[in-house]
Amino acid sequence: MSADAVTRRAVLKSLTMGAVAGSVMRVIPLEAADHAHHMIEAEKQSAGAYAPKFFDAGDYKTLQALCETIIPADADSGGAVEAGAPEFIDLLTSENEEYQKTLGGGVKWLDGNCHVRYGKPYLECGQAQQKEILDLIAFRRNAEADESLTSAVEFFTLLRNMTADGFFTSKIGIKYLGYKGNTFLTHFDGCPAVEGV
Amino acid sequence: MLQIGPAKKIYDVCIVGSGAGGGTAAKVLTEGGLSVVMLEAGRRLDPDKDFKEHMWPYQLPHRGVGVGGRQRGIGDEFMAPNGFWEIEGEPYTIAPGSGFRWFRSRIEGGRTNHWGRIALRFGPADFRAHSTDGMGDDWPISYEELAPYYDKVESYIGVFGSKENVPNSPDGIFQPPPRPRCTETLVKKACDQLHITCIPSRMAILTRALNGRDACHYCAQCGRGCRSASNFSSSQVMIPPAAATGRLTMIANAMAREIVVGKDGRAEGVSYVEKTSKTEQRVNAKAVVVAASACETARLLLNSKSASFPNGIANGSGVVGRYLTDSVGSDLVGHFLQLEKMPAHNHDGVGGMHLYMPWWRFGKKNEFLRGYHIEFGGGRNMPGVGEFDYVCETQEGYGAALKQKCRSVYGACIGFSGRGEMIPNENCFCELDPEVKDKWGIPVLRFHWKWGENELKMADDMQQTFRQIIEAAGGTVLVGARRHSKPSGDVQQQSNSISTGGAIIHELGTVRMGNDAKTSALNSHCQAHEVKNLFVADAAPFVTNPDKNPTLTIMALAWRTSEYLLDQAKKMGV
Repeated sequence: MSADAVTRRAVLKSLTMGAVAGSVMRVIPLEAADHAHHMIEAEKQSAGAYAPKFFDAGDYKTLQALCETIIPADADSGGAVEAGAPEFIDLLTSENEEYQKTLGGGVKWLDGNCHVRYGKPYLECGQAQQKEILDLIAFRRNAEADESLTSAVEFFTLLRNMTADGFFTSKIGIKYLGYKGNTFLTHFDGCPAVEGV
Repeated sequence: MLQIGPAKKIYDVCIVGSGAGGGTAAKVLTEGGLSVVMLEAGRRLDPDKDFKEHMWPYQLPHRGVGVGGRQRGIGDEFMAPNGFWEIEGEPYTIAPGSGFRWFRSRIEGGRTNHWGRIALRFGPADFRAHSTDGMGDDWPISYEELAPYYDKVESYIGVFGSKENVPNSPDGIFQPPPRPRCTETLVKKACDQLHITCIPSRMAILTRALNGRDACHYCAQCGRGCRSASNFSSSQVMIPPAAATGRLTMIANAMAREIVVGKDGRAEGVSYVEKTSKTEQRVNAKAVVVAASACETARLLLNSKSASFPNGIANGSGVVGRYLTDSVGSDLVGHFLQLEKMPAHNHDGVGGMHLYMPWWRFGKKNEFLRGYHIEFGGGRNMPGVGEFDYVCETQEGYGAALKQKCRSVYGACIGFSGRGEMIPNENCFCELDPEVKDKWGIPVLRFHWKWGENELKMADDMQQTFRQIIEAAGGTVLVGARRHSKPSGDVQQQSNSISTGGAIIHELGTVRMGNDAKTSALNSHCQAHEVKNLFVADAAPFVTNPDKNPTLTIMALAWRTSEYLLDQAKKMGV
């Protein structure tokens, strides 16, 4: 894919061209490019599974499940987990106290509430039970009717935004949207002719 | 002061600041044969290390929003180093009841590293504001006097546009404009219906190679900085030719403290804090050109107190810090169902708009004085964090429906921004805070701000116009939606419709020029009335703040000032 070629070139440029000054665009030798690309890939693989920075192992699993429920895989693309949304959310949360309160507290609330309602944590609940509790906290109008849900709704609102952020800024999310740019063009064609637009 | 270095070399000129004005002055003065020392409060720029051009959001762990997700909009991780709304240890204060935001740079090239590249000439009436409608003041120079310098700047930096003969929005020396995007074609049709002028924008981005710089490759990422320098920045286009003369000495990380005055009342040099060693230093020069950005320039003059100038250098008139203006800003977003039907295609183009609306009611009787232009953008841009906040908030829920809704709305929104002229008023100014100092011990600025009635009316008119355009184009107004794709998208809505003072980052007018030394600090050559070897070369000298972004005029005026300085150099003993 041409998009991948550009990506690789961009990464390489930032890696290998630090020492060169000036403003004229230069071309990197292809071998150097490939070499650096393989270095990056190797580093990625050796890093292994993501170790959460903020959430404990159990809560992180719950976070992953919630992310995937918010943006699921479908026929057109993978879902939020494949897109790396949980890693992104965990990283930002580990650095932001507000997020820690809202998201950390939210996951605890969810498990606690599931215990009260169904006698088990969220991940052990059946599909219908999970849907029931999420339908309660996924809409502002429920908090307007029942104030005790306010912080749970705030939790889900933030998690939904961040899951969408994590998914739609990922490689698969961008492909899903059909963004076609970030390339080098010699001329710009403007708007393609389409009836009705 | 801790220590003053021994007086060593005496340069011909010391320039404070390396942005649009300082960079232009450095080029013209060094090429004219003078030796120049430039003080820049930030570090040197290295495009190859500093620019994140062509990176995808997923190549950064924080996806662009930085540690804790706190870097949004103009300060996100992808942007070229440009500046900050807040600088640690360098506060500014706001007088009670005022609202103001101050965006400051601490980097070689200043705010030109990220600016929107909108390059509009002021028009003849903009220099004759008082003569035209009785408000404010006239400039001491006319459009015709500045026009040759607009020619020089445009020819050198490269600006695309088209000859249109729009009243009071003069045409320039243009490269061909890029073709419109789908969003722009749609809006232009609506504007044609409404008799709103909608023409190719005028931007400092190359569509043809120029002076060794490649033409644009249409990645839409100008704000990230451009390694091929296909867009204009002082750091890549003004500083290199100045450096190539061998007559430019750049001192980075040098925070100017004050302009040093000799017994004869002339400027002798500039004292500064060398930030990395935290030592007090000084450079000596036969002339000083201040181009630190309008408010920093005012601050430096006010802080340069001496027996000759107890109120600050060149401030016998008391006008330094006064006449502060910013552009009137207002935003509105529309959603367009017909854009949802567009097949996926490359929508990038240049980094910014291909079409815009210049003020189209010039000379007509309006509800307010002066005018505004309209910028707009949107469509199938590279997705970023926050892209779907609005969809999430309105759609709610979760699952496949939410995912599909995001995809269908993607690319179907267009945001509109008005940029209008503010008339200076006595409630808007900056002064030295009597108590607060920054971490270098330099007194900081305190801002006073209140929009006038004319500005409030203008912002309301912008909102009405945006609504008309959105509806005429078959769209729906999205209440509460924020724009994500604009270079100056950090607008905070203070009242119903108007931006916070300073938020548009067109603050200027604080060291204004004029023919009367009692009501202005600088003469018609941007030379201090009271200090003949002191010049100002940023937007501080501007007498009005028309609806045309200031950067092109900063450069034209700095070029003119620098040529005058060259001409006077012999007389002044430079």
